[in-house]
Amino acid sequence: MMTNRGAGPERAGANILSVDNLTVALPEAGDREFAVSGVSFRIAAGETLCLVGESGSGKTVIADAIMGMLPPQLSVDSGIVRLEGEKLPPQRAAAFNAIRGRRMAIIFQDAVASLDPVQRVGRQLEEILAVHAVPRREWRGRIMDMLEAVRLPDPKNTFRAYPHQLSGGQAQRIVIAGALLLNPVLLIADEPTTAVDVTTQAEILKLISALQRERDASVLFITHDFGVVSEIADRICVMKDGELVEFGTADAILGSPRHAYTRKLLAAAVHSGKSTAGADGKPVLEADRLELSYRLGNMLERRYVHAVRDISLELREGQTLGIVGESGSGKSSVARCLLRLEKPDSGIIRFRGKDVTSIAGRELRELRARIQIVLQDPFSALNPRQKIRSAVAEGPIIHGHRRNDALRRADRLLRLTGLSEQAADRYPHEFSGGQRQRICIARALAVDPEVLIADEAVSALDVSIRAQILDLFRDLQRELGFAMLFITHDLSVAAAISDDILVIKDGAVVEAGPVQDVFGRPRSAYTRELLAAAPRFGGTAQA
Amino acid sequence: MTAFIAFKIFRAVVTLLVTVTLVFVFIRFSGDPAAALAPPDAPQEIIDQYAKAMGLDKPLWQQYAGYLGGIFRGDFGYSIHTGKSALTLFAERLPATLRLGGTALLIAILLGIPLGSVAALNRRTLLDRCVMAFSVFAFAMPNFLFGLIMILTGALVFNTYLGGSSGAGSWAGVLPPALTLGLAAMGSFARFARSSLLETINKPFMRAAEARGVPFLRRLVRHAAPNAAIPLVTLIGLSLGGLIAGSVVTEQVFAWPGVGQLLVRSVATRDIATVQFIVLAVAFTMVLANLMVDLLYLVIDPRIRAK
Repeated sequence: MMTNRGAGPERAGANILSVDNLTVALPEAGDREFAVSGVSFRIAAGETLCLVGESGSGKTVIADAIMGMLPPQLSVDSGIVRLEGEKLPPQRAAAFNAIRGRRMAIIFQDAVASLDPVQRVGRQLEEILAVHAVPRREWRGRIMDMLEAVRLPDPKNTFRAYPHQLSGGQAQRIVIAGALLLNPVLLIADEPTTAVDVTTQAEILKLISALQRERDASVLFITHDFGVVSEIADRICVMKDGELVEFGTADAILGSPRHAYTRKLLAAAVHSGKSTAGADGKPVLEADRLELSYRLGNMLERRYVHAVRDISLELREGQTLGIVGESGSGKSSVARCLLRLEKPDSGIIRFRGKDVTSIAGRELRELRARIQIVLQDPFSALNPRQKIRSAVAEGPIIHGHRRNDALRRADRLLRLTGLSEQAADRYPHEFSGGQRQRICIARALAVDPEVLIADEAVSALDVSIRAQILDLFRDLQRELGFAMLFITHDLSVAAAISDDILVIKDGAVVEAGPVQDVFGRPRSAYTRELLAAAPRFGGTAQA
Repeated sequence: MTAFIAFKIFRAVVTLLVTVTLVFVFIRFSGDPAAALAPPDAPQEIIDQYAKAMGLDKPLWQQYAGYLGGIFRGDFGYSIHTGKSALTLFAERLPATLRLGGTALLIAILLGIPLGSVAALNRRTLLDRCVMAFSVFAFAMPNFLFGLIMILTGALVFNTYLGGSSGAGSWAGVLPPALTLGLAAMGSFARFARSSLLETINKPFMRAAEARGVPFLRRLVRHAAPNAAIPLVTLIGLSLGGLIAGSVVTEQVFAWPGVGQLLVRSVATRDIATVQFIVLAVAFTMVLANLMVDLLYLVIDPRIRAK
């Protein structure tokens, strides 16, 4: 659903926002001189402009500068920002308070975190009206209308709810309601769907488009995901290292990108199908009718969450099995059972045909060396005070390898994962997210595992990096021959890497089979829903 | 939520029971009270008589049962030296201690929280560094040292004695010991307030409030303060719990006629009933303060209410 409502010079007279030659200086010790340099663009009334780029490209700095909320260590070097033709006050000026929330509004990535945890949602919406001097008698009516406009099912109860009682999707609707409460002419959306699953993402995108049309607002939409861009953009600005590298209508850029960087980002977002590898290896890891419940609450009041329901799976040598589901579907609980971090309530786990469901002590330690995991967040997964070589070599040393052998192997793995020679002697904070994930992969592979479990291992990475890491997983698998269990909420990732797919919902398997069958001819309604919700190009059903 | 409260109360009662038992056990193990009471070279018969009068000749479990039963009847035993009940002795001393501790806590809160907040809002400036240096100093310096310096200054410069029972009667008299106690506590309040407020003002919801056009002062009062107050409630609760026991050293230094002084004397003279009662009273206030903090959390943090 690509919309293109009259962008371009013919609407130049009705510019809502104009940014002219904006340059923002970084503090002196930064890795480059300017966070944003010489950026100019305009947004016409009722138009959606997408600002696309990877993290660190300067997108968010632009949003902050427009809102007058640049952090004190950044300063505007030159450039003028105008809202409806009127020059905005200097950064952080008190005069901005009358503009923010009334004439322009912003929504952030993490909606739940954008709400004060100890104040009812309704109070926080009322506050917006209060600080912008709306008479008290209008509050209730305006808020209820707005809550209905953002399609919240139960406005009355939502009004009384605290933020922690809302889901990510509901919280994002509340935040959008707050942003549009005073009918601002400009809405800035800074990665508003990055933290939610695909189904919610589709709903939120639809909602923003619909509200924008109803209220004739302009939208500046910031994202790194070209899938999202293709759904909502009228015009697109592509940013790299603080500069605007390409600029044009959505049709032009999506159809025939000129800049190499744009092509790279686009390629990363397009789903690449994968041919099924030989599926006749011996089973390495099997699970038979696993059940797992978590007990919550205290000793007087017990509640149970049934996280895994009757899940069976089989992972063969050299195979990649993708486990797909939304957050909370039980994907990670399955992984925790297989790693024996969680003891299943019932069911059997076999490794190489041997029952390992309740082994302990030495046997369990040996098993752990043969099943390794790579986690989502490469930032918290590494000890900040441990050098990379030692982090990678630690596993083999613990499992009884000679120190020198382990260190040599660590160096080899770091090379295999595409890191330079010098990397081994540095500390984790010196690396980017993608590089850290390479380190985590090298560390997992250091003990020469037969099974590698990747739990949302690329979800925290930018799209172009994501594609590189997926390639790395594939190359390493070919070279080292391990079997892989790839857990993800992202269908395009699952499609790109898996031989077979297991779709999970509420802890139970909804659909299973080879990737072409599951994504090409989905049998269950839930899989079709997921596929429909995933933003993608060309509209082909083939993932 | 009812289950949460019931559980907390149940836990408080269990804690108290354990404390009562430990007090009983430790006092029995710390030497024979009858021997300590009797004159230094009294013959064994005299010691035995003392023991019999105090019920120490009975088997241990009977003593324990009698002791527990006494507590439930509100009978906490009698001081061997004065013949008064332990409860009466304690009650005589309590007002002086509460006045001292209360004033000290007030000083700590009223100085510490604003200082910490100012430091947080002026982070990494000279002001911040001075406030933090001062609070570390106040926190690290031993109570008695500051007290002694104050008494010395009073005596040498102003020719008065800043302490003693006479001072306990007036509000001016309470200030020197209260300052001694309060300044130390102020240090922790300032540090706690600073780190808590700093953490809160950097939360995304503070930025989101700014983006909605909420002015600075309102953001601070309506959003930052309630969120930053949550850990401070714990600290205030713990300080309230330590009100009785916290001033033992300071009371000694200023010859303040409070519970702390009574405790030191009773321990020195092995006045079992009084020591037992004071330890119980300290444990009770601590447990009660903790319970109050838990219940207060329900009021100020909706996330806990939900559990």
